[in-house]
Amino acid sequence: MAGQRRVVITGIGVVAPGGIGREAFWDLVTSGRTATRAISTFDPGQFRSRVAAEADFDPLAHGLTPREVRRMDRAAQFAAVCAREALADSGLGVADLPPERTGVTVGSAVGCTMSLEQEYAVVSDSGEKWLVDPSYAVPHLYDYLVPSSLAREVAWAVGAEGPAAVVSTGCTSGIDSVGHGCELIREGSADVVVAGAADAPISPITVACFDAIKATTPYNDDPEHASRPFDNTRRGFVLGEGAAVFVLEEAGRAAARGARVYAEVTGFASRCNAFHMTGLRPDGRELAEAIRAALDEARIDPTAVDYVNAHGSGTRQNDRHETAAMKSALGSHAYAVPVSSIKSMIGHSLGAIGSIEIAACALAIERDAVPPTANLHEPDPECDLDYTPLTARELPVGTVLTVGSGFGGFQSAMVLSAPGAAA
Amino acid sequence: MTRAVVTGLGVLSPNGLGVEQYWAATLKGVTGIAPITRFDPAGYPSRLAGEVDGFEAGEHLPSRLLPQTDHMTRMALVASDWALADAGVDPAEQAEFGMGVVTASASGGFEFGQRELENLWRRGSRHVSAYQSFAWFYAVNTGQISIRHGMRGPSGVLVSEQAGGLDAIAQARRHLRRDTDLVLTGGVDSSLCPWGLVAQLPSGRLSTSTDPDAAYLPFDRRAAGHVPGEGGAILVLERAGARPGQRPYGEVAGWGAGLDPAPGSDRPSALRRTAEAALADAGVDAADVDVVFADAAGTPELDAAEVAALAEVFGAGRVPVTAPKTMTGRLYSGGAPLDVVAALLSIRDGVIPPSVNTAGTAADGLDLVLDAPRPAALRTALVLARGFGGFNSAVVVRAAD
Repeated sequence: MAGQRRVVITGIGVVAPGGIGREAFWDLVTSGRTATRAISTFDPGQFRSRVAAEADFDPLAHGLTPREVRRMDRAAQFAAVCAREALADSGLGVADLPPERTGVTVGSAVGCTMSLEQEYAVVSDSGEKWLVDPSYAVPHLYDYLVPSSLAREVAWAVGAEGPAAVVSTGCTSGIDSVGHGCELIREGSADVVVAGAADAPISPITVACFDAIKATTPYNDDPEHASRPFDNTRRGFVLGEGAAVFVLEEAGRAAARGARVYAEVTGFASRCNAFHMTGLRPDGRELAEAIRAALDEARIDPTAVDYVNAHGSGTRQNDRHETAAMKSALGSHAYAVPVSSIKSMIGHSLGAIGSIEIAACALAIERDAVPPTANLHEPDPECDLDYTPLTARELPVGTVLTVGSGFGGFQSAMVLSAPGAAA
Repeated sequence: MTRAVVTGLGVLSPNGLGVEQYWAATLKGVTGIAPITRFDPAGYPSRLAGEVDGFEAGEHLPSRLLPQTDHMTRMALVASDWALADAGVDPAEQAEFGMGVVTASASGGFEFGQRELENLWRRGSRHVSAYQSFAWFYAVNTGQISIRHGMRGPSGVLVSEQAGGLDAIAQARRHLRRDTDLVLTGGVDSSLCPWGLVAQLPSGRLSTSTDPDAAYLPFDRRAAGHVPGEGGAILVLERAGARPGQRPYGEVAGWGAGLDPAPGSDRPSALRRTAEAALADAGVDAADVDVVFADAAGTPELDAAEVAALAEVFGAGRVPVTAPKTMTGRLYSGGAPLDVVAALLSIRDGVIPPSVNTAGTAADGLDLVLDAPRPAALRTALVLARGFGGFNSAVVVRAAD
């Protein structure tokens, strides 16, 4: 649209299982190796699913101070480290950001639940007291109760004072947060938005809640091959953790300073299935509608899509649901375009994964390669697209579609385009 | 530009169930602040709350929804029902993707969460509810409302502590401007369980008074914190003219937001420019604003900052300011949407509700409406909200005609 403000990605920071930092992340997801393993951070003996994708993350080694480490939940630590990496990557310093024109959006599905659970165990004496004891409450407990602290920590890390919020739409939070950041720039509420998502859900209560509905994998004896999106032997997702944060800039501003641009965010849409809090309609109707709306906003035909980053959680119902949605929205091109799920390698980090997948998409555009779906050996007859099994592919990548689906019925889609390629 | 009008209201407030009950109580100065009854608060330093009385979820919702919902979600579902009824909207008659839901949340379904944490830690993982995966999380109210009314359009959830309710309304307006006819928006919160209260205590902002009439005294020299409450409001926001028979309460005309600088900075609070951004977005001058619904934090430093910001934007004493939340306590994500309701009803009825209990002794230069409602011709209102951590948001509402 003539005169409309456009949004580009000029910096990327990632914390993910298998490697901390953008380059380690890209190396892992293009290698086809997996970072799923037996849960090591607590004794998972009582749980049905005892596999997770854990990040080997040392907050002090990644630049946080002891005070910040004490104050922040693990998810906030991920977000702050990613924000600093993204800013450095963009070539901007804190002093280059106009505070009042710099916004922050952080997606998170479960916020600071790891710290909340740890503190709950203390004040309740391991669940013995309903009337929990306030004398053991730590000073930062309120920051854990209300997860807007995640946005505040990112803002403090980069000196932002514009609009700031946490976006919490379950497992689409990481797409919706970046989408919201783009809206703030397009409407003129900000010129730069530090946008992304973080979750650190590998703690007993979250493991237990997915156990209770058998959403997570029971492949405890083979953790490295437990996440099997689109494979006929898939039996649930593998819980992950991590974060990705981007520097989003108004395109004219980025061009004026000669910034390196990874990609332009050209389309974003979300819909609700209004069906069930955890169930999906088999036809993928609402996800298909979100994809169509995102492509419309990007003003491209489905055939222009060079790569689809799938939600690909590895549950029986999800992978069929989204395959149906892709066929509905992309038509015959659904069979031609390479699709993959990086959750096969780094697990499903709930609200964070949407942003981590956007990082994969932006890097795919910059580097003309797409990550594979690991562990895909035995195709499901109802999942009959090209899911890029086992091995990454080099190919020209100009336009990417990424999709997500979450508890609560949220269905989101985003289109990224190579810089200068958009209409 | 598409105008976003409020056409339906649903309210569950500590001082009134339903819009007109809330409004009548608010004009009379009736407070909903009282000793906590949900659990025995004797062992806690803060023992008062604004609980929503007389709400029996089973009278309003199908029994199958009860085991899978926290108290706050039940209230949010009922508020949504009431808002749609008030607007005269039948969701079944709307376009398939024409309706959305955007709510704010602060702490999720915390009472549900405490029960399941107890089940896990005390009895083991097999005793955790199959509903825990979604009943406590921040997105639950939006998800459940969308299911109840078949709302398949763009939806969302924002968290910015007590400022989030205004951010949600602004996000709803964005959806209307793009491709959606109707959005249910606002916020309903409750974390009045022992674990929720204990998690709030370290904020340092809860009053320890045991006198319901002296515990939450914004803009008063005796101010020493706030009383937590529960409830809030859901609003029907529509594109003006999208539906025959629309009866708008008013228009959501402007929004602004900003975050305060990090501690130790010598830069100013973002509150003043947040208010000014909302006025600019609405295309009005400070002189056009007829009333301000203050954030009214109830702590001396934050109150002083708000008094200063209002004086800078409007000039000392130039605009009436009120804080009906002195009758409800602070409702987290529900507080600011309830203030938007109060602002719209003020415009409708030509009357400003009072702030109660406070004597306004720390409000130098503020024309604070105290003790009794004040009749006034009103067209434009500014609603301010601040969230813990430095979040500031502002919304301008004005008469629809």
